[in-house]
Amino acid sequence: MSFSINKQGEVVVVDVEGQLIVGNRQELKQKVLDELEKGEKRFLIDFSQTGYIDSSGLGVLVSLSKKIREQGGELRLANLNDDLQTLFELTKLDTLFQISDTRERALESF
Amino acid sequence: MAEPHVALDVRIPSDVKYIEGVVELATLRCRELHITPRKCSLNVRVALSEAISNAILRGNASGAGKHVSIRATVSDDALVFEVVDEGPGFDLTLVRSDPTTPENLEKEDGRGLFLMHRLMDRVERFHAKGNVVRLTLRRR
Repeated sequence: MSFSINKQGEVVVVDVEGQLIVGNRQELKQKVLDELEKGEKRFLIDFSQTGYIDSSGLGVLVSLSKKIREQGGELRLANLNDDLQTLFELTKLDTLFQISDTRERALESF
Repeated sequence: MAEPHVALDVRIPSDVKYIEGVVELATLRCRELHITPRKCSLNVRVALSEAISNAILRGNASGAGKHVSIRATVSDDALVFEVVDEGPGFDLTLVRSDPTTPENLEKEDGRGLFLMHRLMDRVERFHAKGNVVRLTLRRR
């Protein structure tokens, strides 16, 4: 499992490869917060290569979204598979995040 | 009707880095039992991950030298996981709140037990040679 970060225009794009779970959530949190501290405002997390997310992974997304909004920015999500979409619906986090079907649509939405 | 048999029996050190490996093994066993792919990839993966995580972080309180045991038995009707830690125990009902309410939606914590209950057909806790959380998933 790993996270890669690249910039596409004005958007910081984070790819989550593998799982987002209790064992690695802090690594994702720190990488995004580092970018936020550098002044970045627009963030997209792409889950096209993600297996599953546990409750602590969901919690980190909620926490990051809040911190980014407090700095005047926005965190959006893309490419949830059916299982991940169900998790977001069960927890009603689909109402908290703007979620796009594809990376391209998400980037266009900013 | 076939007797229930053991599908998985492992013991791991109380460290979150071991969760992923056990969950992947359980998912593999689930698929071998011809349980629907969705139940294996979503219900088993997430609920078991939450139960082991609770055992390590709450049950054993991340105590070095402690262990968590994970055992799965399968019958014609159900796949049952038992996750056993070595801690003094915690009351599942005390940490049960609805994370989907407007006042809880933006909280970082509080979704683990909720997900276990939503993804499994039954969640039980009891004490027998350690604290046991039992997750039951009907096969059909």
